[in-house]
Amino acid sequence: MYILNRQQRHFVNSSWMIISLLLVTLLPFFLFFGLYLKSAYLLHDQSIFDLIFSKTWKPASGQFGFYPFIVGSIWVTLLAMLFTAPVCLLTAIYVTQYTRKIVLRIMHPAIDILAGIPSVVYGLWGILVIVPFISKYLGPLFGIKTMGYSILAAAFVLSIMIIPFILNILIEIFRSIPMELKEAALSLGATQWQTIKQVILKKALPGIIAAFGFGLARAFGETMAVLMVVGNVVKLPGNIFDPGYTLPALIANNYGEMLSIPRYDSALMFAAFLLLAVSLFFNLIMHFFIVKYNKY
Amino acid sequence: MTRGQKIEERFFKVLMVLSTFFILAILAIIIYSIFEKGIRSVSWEMLTKIPSGGYYYGKGGGILNAILGSLALASGATVIAFFVGLPVALYINVFLIRHKKIVGMVRFLLDLVWGIPSIVYGAFGFTLMIFLGLQTSLLAGTITVALFILPIMIRSIDEILRTAPIGLQEASYSLGSNKSETAFRILTRQSVSGIITAILLSFGRAIGDAASVLFTAGYTDHLPNGLLEPVATLPLSIFFQLASPVPEVQNRAYASALVLTLIILLVSLFSRGLGKRYHKTKINF
Repeated sequence: MYILNRQQRHFVNSSWMIISLLLVTLLPFFLFFGLYLKSAYLLHDQSIFDLIFSKTWKPASGQFGFYPFIVGSIWVTLLAMLFTAPVCLLTAIYVTQYTRKIVLRIMHPAIDILAGIPSVVYGLWGILVIVPFISKYLGPLFGIKTMGYSILAAAFVLSIMIIPFILNILIEIFRSIPMELKEAALSLGATQWQTIKQVILKKALPGIIAAFGFGLARAFGETMAVLMVVGNVVKLPGNIFDPGYTLPALIANNYGEMLSIPRYDSALMFAAFLLLAVSLFFNLIMHFFIVKYNKY
Repeated sequence: MTRGQKIEERFFKVLMVLSTFFILAILAIIIYSIFEKGIRSVSWEMLTKIPSGGYYYGKGGGILNAILGSLALASGATVIAFFVGLPVALYINVFLIRHKKIVGMVRFLLDLVWGIPSIVYGAFGFTLMIFLGLQTSLLAGTITVALFILPIMIRSIDEILRTAPIGLQEASYSLGSNKSETAFRILTRQSVSGIITAILLSFGRAIGDAASVLFTAGYTDHLPNGLLEPVATLPLSIFFQLASPVPEVQNRAYASALVLTLIILLVSLFSRGLGKRYHKTKINF
């Protein structure tokens, strides 16, 4: 067997590294163009504007209106953020500013476990606990008859799934605020809460916005758990107890039949393309908030 | 401090304690309900047999196909992601260490890719699969999941390599080794337990994700005989069994969820233990 000498080994190893690096940096472009090319058939006869704002979804007759799915996705995502944002912010402040290190040491594994539980298991938990809770207690409380499979159920499950994600970023941000800043405020006679409200929160604001933005992008693309509890009905939801449909759920639910109806696969790839675009856009913007935060 | 300020401070402090407890309580409730439901239906037969005829009407059999399928798929994907990811992480920490701007760009790009939802990878994997003329198979699923966990793998290894002191690299150069030797022999060895943690983290992600394999891995009641055959996965088996109207089949979905959750908890526990050891062997320059 021929054994490589040092120079040759260096060459092989370096090329292996560079090829891998190229592959990885090109991956987002591959994703973008791959999905764009697939959805181009659909964009050929309908403008992007038509597709996004048309309300009729009849794949069999070639009508693809994504409006109900987009609205459903936005409702679920925003509602989930509404639930999760205050809880995460308060918890992050509490564990970084008020308590001893021991609480953080308990919270870290808890956050890890929450982050590790798979999406399907969250969905199953939603069906077991949240859906019956909404149909038996919460719906009747507001005088609404509901199956439980609803925008609200999806938003609630989703809000728990993104807690670890947002909380981790928030804790990092609050911990990176210099101690001197806090000490200066306290030495001027501010109370702990005044310091938090007027110094720490102001300093951390771009970071907090970024954390919520990353969470939002995460929530928008979440598939399985939402698919299992959202109800999957193609119509514009009237209230949060109505069932809805989201873009990721649309893709996941119809992959089986997409090759049997003309243009259907193209429509689903367009949905994936939209998700990709939203995710890239949000992450890009939030990245600038993080850069801004680090500059101060 | 006025009375109003005092009340405000109290009020927010109570809210903070409540939200912290809320998070811990929700975690406890989730774990409890998964265990409580799952433990009743889990049996030896379920773990060691593949589905027999009529399994989906409540007859005998188990989910061995999904357990082994998931393990095979996740291991394959982790191996691929490792062999592409490790050199990338090494390259930006050894070759590009003086080019802060380029490294920043690469990290930024990786964070972008990390944020892309797994269903998009699934759709892309499907497109790729058709393009390459493949069927839904273990191979197609493995490649898709490998792409999905690649940014996670690279960024986790990268975070570990960043903590290695630069003096280590300088010492290696001063003894006459070149850059690739420094990367693969010195830096990798120094960070080995951190790298194992990164591998376990990626494995945990790979085994739990359903959206990316939905299009590409297919589903089957048998064990695959080769790379080009469809394969069952645990998350999908939970999903399909749960959709059944038969109560026995639904109970098996709960049991499958327990199995999946246990695998992931074990992996995460294991990697946590390793992370602790890594901190112990830290060297100082």
